[in-house]
Amino acid sequence: MAVDEAVWSAQGTTPDAIEGALRELLVERHAESDSYVPARVLNMIAFVDLEWMGEIANRLRGVGRYSASRLVVLAYEPRRQRLDARVMISSEREPTPGELALLHETVVVELGRRHLDDLITIVDPLVVTDMPTLLWSPHGHHDTAAPLLRLSQSVLVDSVDEPDAGEAVQRAGALAEQVYVVDLAWLRTTPWRERVAAWFDPPRKRLELAHLSAVTVRHHPESTVAAMLFVGWLASRLGWKPGAWAGEDGALRGSAHTSRQDVALRLEAAPDLLVRGLEDVTLGTAEGQSVTLARGRGGLRARARSADGGEREWTIPGASRGEGGVLGEGIRQALLRDPTYLPALEAARAMLP
Amino acid sequence: MAISAGRPTEQQGPANPLVAGLERVPVAATTLVIFGATGDLARRKLLPALYNLAHEGALPERFHLIGVARKEKAHEDYRAECEEAIRQFSRRKPDDDVLSALLANVKYVPGTFDDASAYGALGDQLQEFDEDHGEPLNRAFYLSTAPEFFPVIIDRLGTGGLAHHEHAKVRLIIEKPFGTSLQEARELNREVLGIFDETQVFRIDHYLGKETVQNMMAFRFANGMFEPLWNRNYIESIQITAAEDIGIGSRAGYYDHAGALRDLIQNHMLQLLCHVAMEPPVSFTAEEVRNEKVKVLQAVPHPTPAQVPNISVHAQYTAGHAGGEDVPGYLEEDGVAPDSTTETYAALRLEVDNWRWAGVPFYLRTGKRLARKVTEIAVTLKPVPHLAFSQEGSLGVQPNQLVLTLQPNEGVSLRLGAKIPGTRMVIRPVNMEFLYGTAFLSQSPEAYERLITDAMRGDATLFTRNDEVEAQWLICDPILKEWEHSSDPLPTYEAGSQGPAEADRLMRVGDHWRAI
Repeated sequence: MAVDEAVWSAQGTTPDAIEGALRELLVERHAESDSYVPARVLNMIAFVDLEWMGEIANRLRGVGRYSASRLVVLAYEPRRQRLDARVMISSEREPTPGELALLHETVVVELGRRHLDDLITIVDPLVVTDMPTLLWSPHGHHDTAAPLLRLSQSVLVDSVDEPDAGEAVQRAGALAEQVYVVDLAWLRTTPWRERVAAWFDPPRKRLELAHLSAVTVRHHPESTVAAMLFVGWLASRLGWKPGAWAGEDGALRGSAHTSRQDVALRLEAAPDLLVRGLEDVTLGTAEGQSVTLARGRGGLRARARSADGGEREWTIPGASRGEGGVLGEGIRQALLRDPTYLPALEAARAMLP
Repeated sequence: MAISAGRPTEQQGPANPLVAGLERVPVAATTLVIFGATGDLARRKLLPALYNLAHEGALPERFHLIGVARKEKAHEDYRAECEEAIRQFSRRKPDDDVLSALLANVKYVPGTFDDASAYGALGDQLQEFDEDHGEPLNRAFYLSTAPEFFPVIIDRLGTGGLAHHEHAKVRLIIEKPFGTSLQEARELNREVLGIFDETQVFRIDHYLGKETVQNMMAFRFANGMFEPLWNRNYIESIQITAAEDIGIGSRAGYYDHAGALRDLIQNHMLQLLCHVAMEPPVSFTAEEVRNEKVKVLQAVPHPTPAQVPNISVHAQYTAGHAGGEDVPGYLEEDGVAPDSTTETYAALRLEVDNWRWAGVPFYLRTGKRLARKVTEIAVTLKPVPHLAFSQEGSLGVQPNQLVLTLQPNEGVSLRLGAKIPGTRMVIRPVNMEFLYGTAFLSQSPEAYERLITDAMRGDATLFTRNDEVEAQWLICDPILKEWEHSSDPLPTYEAGSQGPAEADRLMRVGDHWRAI
C-alpha cells in the first residue's frame, strides 16, 4: 500500500507529455529526498477494459513486493476519442536517512478504438528502455494488444481464463513461438511439480519413475488446462509418448507410451474445489505402489501406499499463495526462464484430440 | 547468481529428470536435532527460519524437529515455546495451519549435554521417526549451544552411536565461534573429526548465507569488465569495513570474552577478504570454492610479535553520542567488568602474498558504537599516470574507487572523475551507483533459511572447512596473543565517532580510511 504518492493527470494529452510528466515527477521526488530511488526492474503493460480497471487494480495490489517497477495500464473504452492519462509515483514508505525509499511508477492511459492503429507509438515512449517488458491482457483483446508484443520480452497469460482448454493450449503454443510465455495455469502446478520431484528424488525412488503406470489429476472445473500442463510436464521430463485425450464420464482419459509399459492418464474435475488449480495428484506403478498429494490444511496431504498394501499419511507444510501470490509469481517469472514449460506445453498440445 | 541453488546434491544412481527447471531443489527427508533448543539463537533465528521454510513449502517432504535442552518439559510445552518464538521473531506473520503442521512434527528430549541417557532417549526418538517413515531419515545435529558444550555433545553423539548411520546421511552443524584461539580450534577440529568425517560437518558462518556475500562472486566472476583490473597492477588498496552504530546491548557475557577481532574479523571479515581476493574457482562446488579461499588465507603472512603493533590497532569506546542520545562507554555497559581490556574496535593491515596481490594492502576494521552502521568493501584503483590538464580550482582527480556495500543499502558504486560543466576543464568526483534494492523483485531470504537448507542437502559451499578455520586462526592468533601480553594502555574512541585516531597509523602513505 503506497503511503507516499505524487500524481499528475491530463486530459487530451500526448505520449510525450506523459513521459515528460514522469521525468518531472521523478526529479521532484529526488529533490525532496535523495532516499527516493526509482525501482528499475520490469515494465509491465496491462491492456484492460476501462470499466473493469478497478478489478485489475485490486488484483495488482495483491501481488505485494512483486509489483512491476513501471506499470503502464492501457484502459480501453472503444468509443473514447480523447487520450487521457494519470501518472502516479509512489513509495511504500516515507524516506528516512540512510534507507532507500523505492519509487514505483504507474501510468494509466485511457484510450479508444481510434488510438489502436498507433498503439505502439503511444506505449513505446512510456516504457523504460533497456528494462524487460511484460505484456498482460487479462480481458481478452488478444488481437488488439498483439502489436505490443514487439515491445515485450514476455507475455503473461492465464490459460484457465480461456473457455476451452484445448484452445488455451494452442493459443499459448502460438504465443510461445513469438515471445516468452508466463502462464499462470503452469505456475499453479509449481508446488505439485516440486513435491512430485521431491518424492521421486531419493535414488531408490528415482528407479520407480520408469515403472509409473497410472497418473490421475483432479482439478478445479475451470483448470483443465493446468492439469494438462502437469501431465505434459511428466510426459516431457520422463520421455513418454502421449496419445490423445478422450472424454469419459465427464473426465478426460488418455495414455502415454513408454519403453516399459503404457501409462494410464486421467483428468477429473473436482466440483467442490473453490480455487483454481489442482485438487490432488495420484501416481501409481504397476507393482501397486502409489502416492497421492492432495490439498489440505497447512500444506499438501500425502498418502503413500507400498506394494504390500501398507499405507502412510502425513502433511507436507506449505502455505497457499492465493490468487494474488500466483499473479505476483507470474510477474517475477517474467525475469526468469523456465526451460521445462515449453516442452510441457508441446506435450500437452500433442495430446489434444 | 545463487552459488549452489539448482545443483542437486547427493547424486547416486540415475539423475532425477523431474528436478530440471525447478527453482527449489528437493531436500532429502530429515530429522533436525537442535541442541540448545530453548536458547536465544534457536528462538530468534532457527525456529523462525524453519517456519519460513515450511511456509514456502521448502522443507523436506518428511521433516521432524527434535529439541534438546536441559530442562524437563513435555513435548507440548516445547511446541508452545516454539510457537511463541516463531510468532515473535518470524519475518512474516505465521499462517496458523502451516504452523500447526510444522509443530505437529516437533518433539523434545530433556537432558544435560553430558548425560548419556539423554542420547539414548534421543536415539529412541530418532528411531521412532524412522519407523513412522518406513525407512531411515537423514539426521542433522545442530549445535546451538555455548561453545564449551561442543566437545561433550560431539563425544556423546559418537559414543551413543548417533554419528553415523548405514542407510542415512548424518550431518553436524556447528555454530560459531569455532574456538577462541588457534589451539582451541585445532582441538575442536580434532574432536569433531575423531567422530565425524569432514563431509558430514557444516561450520556456520552466517555471513556466507547472506545474499550480498554470495553476490560478490557473481559480481566478480559474471562480469568481464572487472577481472582484468582485479590485481596489483591496477588496484592500490582494499578496505573492508564492518561498522556498527550500536553498543553491545545484552551480549556483554559473550562479547567481553570475545572482543571485536574474534567476533567479526577472525571469521566474517576474513571470509569477505577471501571473496575479494580468491582466484576464480573452476566450478562452484563446495570443494573448489573452499580450495580457492584457503589459498588466499594461506597467502596472508602470519604476523610476528614484532609486526603486530605495526599492522594492528585495537581500542575501546568511551561515552559519547549516538543517534542524538548520550550513550555510555564500554566499561559502563551492563555486565562489563570495570577494568575490562576487551577491544570493541579492531583494525588490521594485511597483505596477500601471491602473484595477483603482492604489495596491495588489505585494510580491515570493525567496531561497535561507530558513527554509522555500514559493511562495505572499497577497492581503490591506482591513479592515472598522467593528467594533461590543470587541477587548479577543482577537488582534483581522485583515484577511481569501487565500493561494494553489503549493508544497509546493498549495492555497488563506482567513483569516477567528471568535468564540472563550464568553460574550464575542472574535475570533480561523481558516483555511478547501482542498488540491489531497485533492481530485483525478490526479497533476500534470511541467511539461516539458506544455510539450514544447504546443510540438509549436504551442500557445504557456504560453510567453513576445517583448514579454512585453522588458516583464519593462524592469522588472528598471533595478534590476539600480542595484544594480551601488551602493557601499553588500550586506546579509546568516543562513541559515535569514526574510531580511534591510532588507526590512521596503519595507513600506507597516500591511503586514508573511508568515512564511516
